[in-house]
Amino acid sequence: MTKFKDHLGRPVVAVTGIGVVTSLGVGKKDNWEALTAGKSGIHPITRFPVDQLNTRIAGTVDFLASSSRGASALTYELAETAAGEAVAEAGLAIDDFGGPLFLASPPVELDWHDRLALYKGGEREPASDRLLEVARNLNSLEMFDSSQFASIADRLADRFGATGLPITLSTACASGATAIQLGVEAIRRSEAQRALAIGADGSATAEALIRFSLLSALSTSNDVPEKASKPFSKDRDGFVLAEGSAALVLESLESATARGATVLGIIRGCGEKADDFHRTRSKPDGSPAIAAVRAALADAGLGEDGIDYINAHGTSTPENDKMEHLSLSTVFGEHMSRIPISSNKSMIGHTLSAAGAIEAAFSLMTMREGIIPPTINYDNPDPAIALDVVPNVKREARVGTVLSNSFGFGGQNTCLVMAREPV
Amino acid sequence: MSARDVVITGIGLVSSLGEGTDAHWQKLSTPGTLPVLDAERFAPYTIHPLPEIDWSLQIAKRGDQRQMETWQRLGTYVAGLALADAGIKDNEELCATMDMVVAAGGGERDVAVDSDILAASAQRDDFDVLLNEKLTTELRPTLFLAQLSNLLAGNISIVHKVTGSSRTFMGEEGAGVSAIETAAARIRSGQSTHMLVGGAFQTEHPDMLLGYELAGYLHRGEWKPVWQRQGAEGGGIVSGSGGAFLVLESREHAEKRGQRIYATLGPVASGRARRGRDELAAGINRLLDTVDATETGLLAISGASGAHKATAAEKAVLDARTDIAARAFSTLTGHLKEAQFPFAVALAALAVSNKAPYPPFEAGEKAFDGSLKSVLATTIGYHHFEGAALVSAAD
Repeated sequence: MTKFKDHLGRPVVAVTGIGVVTSLGVGKKDNWEALTAGKSGIHPITRFPVDQLNTRIAGTVDFLASSSRGASALTYELAETAAGEAVAEAGLAIDDFGGPLFLASPPVELDWHDRLALYKGGEREPASDRLLEVARNLNSLEMFDSSQFASIADRLADRFGATGLPITLSTACASGATAIQLGVEAIRRSEAQRALAIGADGSATAEALIRFSLLSALSTSNDVPEKASKPFSKDRDGFVLAEGSAALVLESLESATARGATVLGIIRGCGEKADDFHRTRSKPDGSPAIAAVRAALADAGLGEDGIDYINAHGTSTPENDKMEHLSLSTVFGEHMSRIPISSNKSMIGHTLSAAGAIEAAFSLMTMREGIIPPTINYDNPDPAIALDVVPNVKREARVGTVLSNSFGFGGQNTCLVMAREPV
Repeated sequence: MSARDVVITGIGLVSSLGEGTDAHWQKLSTPGTLPVLDAERFAPYTIHPLPEIDWSLQIAKRGDQRQMETWQRLGTYVAGLALADAGIKDNEELCATMDMVVAAGGGERDVAVDSDILAASAQRDDFDVLLNEKLTTELRPTLFLAQLSNLLAGNISIVHKVTGSSRTFMGEEGAGVSAIETAAARIRSGQSTHMLVGGAFQTEHPDMLLGYELAGYLHRGEWKPVWQRQGAEGGGIVSGSGGAFLVLESREHAEKRGQRIYATLGPVASGRARRGRDELAAGINRLLDTVDATETGLLAISGASGAHKATAAEKAVLDARTDIAARAFSTLTGHLKEAQFPFAVALAALAVSNKAPYPPFEAGEKAFDGSLKSVLATTIGYHHFEGAALVSAAD
């Protein structure tokens, strides 16, 4: 008989729907084919001119209707597309989800082109006064909506019939995982039978790229874009900015079973720990990341021998990959030599606010399909990082449990433990 | 009473009225306190400015202060006040196991750089290239971090060592509502024992005003109290700089360490009324039902923004409950956006704990001499989302 309660007596949380969009394409099928073929979605930037820029490549999503309509519009469409796929797969009515919504999305500011349009609409000096004067006479809410952090979730809640006040959150690069965690917690508290967790990021604007460049965070391997993201390689030189989205329909196993839904996997544990060391660097001893991994294992009721595969944060920055290796070696000790670990970011780049959700989606598919996507561009291993990174070519494997890591800029670390089957 | 009741043990407040619980209680409980206003700097808009703050009282390292702009400094400062008030500040063990939810907007952009780009645009027809030229040479890397929403929480971790967990909710007033609702739910369910929750808003920046004014939400012309702005020039909101953080604990956790309890945080309700379909008044009534605001004779700390439609709807609902006496604190502090709901809950807790009501903040608010066993806190978002909570006596 299926157990509906976990080792701590809480409702077991199943996944009954998955949706995903990345630079590799729309939907699970296209993404999975590309991902397991070791295909990269990284390409030269065409959305805006790259004059003066040190980094001229990205994993932007250029094939949606909103791709050139600004970060807010694209983030909404990414979220809606992924959520639509997930809700449909779960077999629920597309406009009557009936549970809360948790959205991880970037803090999008007023688009530069809107700012310019406001400026051109008046005469007054200084410019900041002029923008305000023109703004209050606008006859449209479009610009206003794009400047309100709650707007995207509000529209999504309307579109899918989510209940209550939708939560929009940011824990930097851990946001997508945090959205899932919030959904899991709501179900565990029995506040909801199901929850819609979405991570979406369509904010690869020129300014975003420049800001990350100024922090020396981005790869400048512009010449061969598909080779630029090279996690765990000796010559890794930064992450590749990217866009994408994923949505999970989370549901109590009891509810999923009762309505005969297909269970695609189980979210077994979540763990988090904040870093207090520095705004962009992690604590040298890796203790926050270590604590986050351990918290996730404990929450899942698993020991260090309980993980079959690790979906790495693996950003391809010199710092992250070194620290991730240190943290995992510390937690898993000698087990680490037999745990395969790969980075989806080698192919899709770093999708920032969406990364944790996208990588959770791919982790679930890894277990279901019995195929581990590779870490591509692993041509020049870093000898200081001794890991089985599933180099360059996918691997067939029976994977029953996955740990997915998300380590955020600003010190927010979140780890998820997922399982193929209920206990 | 239950071991997992959510109790409020620490309050940090900053507004134009001053800083700390004592200063706020003093001013707000004294009849006739006048708002602190600045009608010049952002004319035609009036704002409630920050008081003078010695940042080093809560952010000891100059280096940390330099890494932030005013918004993050303010939030980090207010969080420090709350931690100190709860006797948790500098308690390494309690901070390291403390969970945090911050309600955040964004930080300040560099007005000089932005204005320079706009000015240069008149002579160029390749705006995107101009953008690249200017941004690559003029943006300061630290300022990017000072703009990031989640970096307020990041700075609180760095400065105050609060590291149990760190989550940032975004989205105007609703973020503050969800932050408190989620924090309370985590404590009630045993997922957390003690939490830091709150937000800050720094309105003294043209972009922060623009966020309202893109929909014409700001009040213009002569200043008026919150409930009296209907029909006046502009959209009804007068914003203010300030912040509110609360330390929430399970009753058991607070009692075990012998900490003074201000009040119990009872039910917290949140909603997303479909305002386009005129469902806001019904939504507000539903919130009152959910938090069980049934006690006869209730003081309500209202986070009303002054925004015409939302404030009219709230006023109609509260007026219909003739036994409710509302106090719209934004008359004296200005609208604090993400911090609005935490501020409302904090003021409710102070009234409960002091066993005394606030006098009317404006002529139109009625006197109150009822029981202060429970006080209602509401926040109806100026554009969307709304929440309410019932704050009750500790025992």
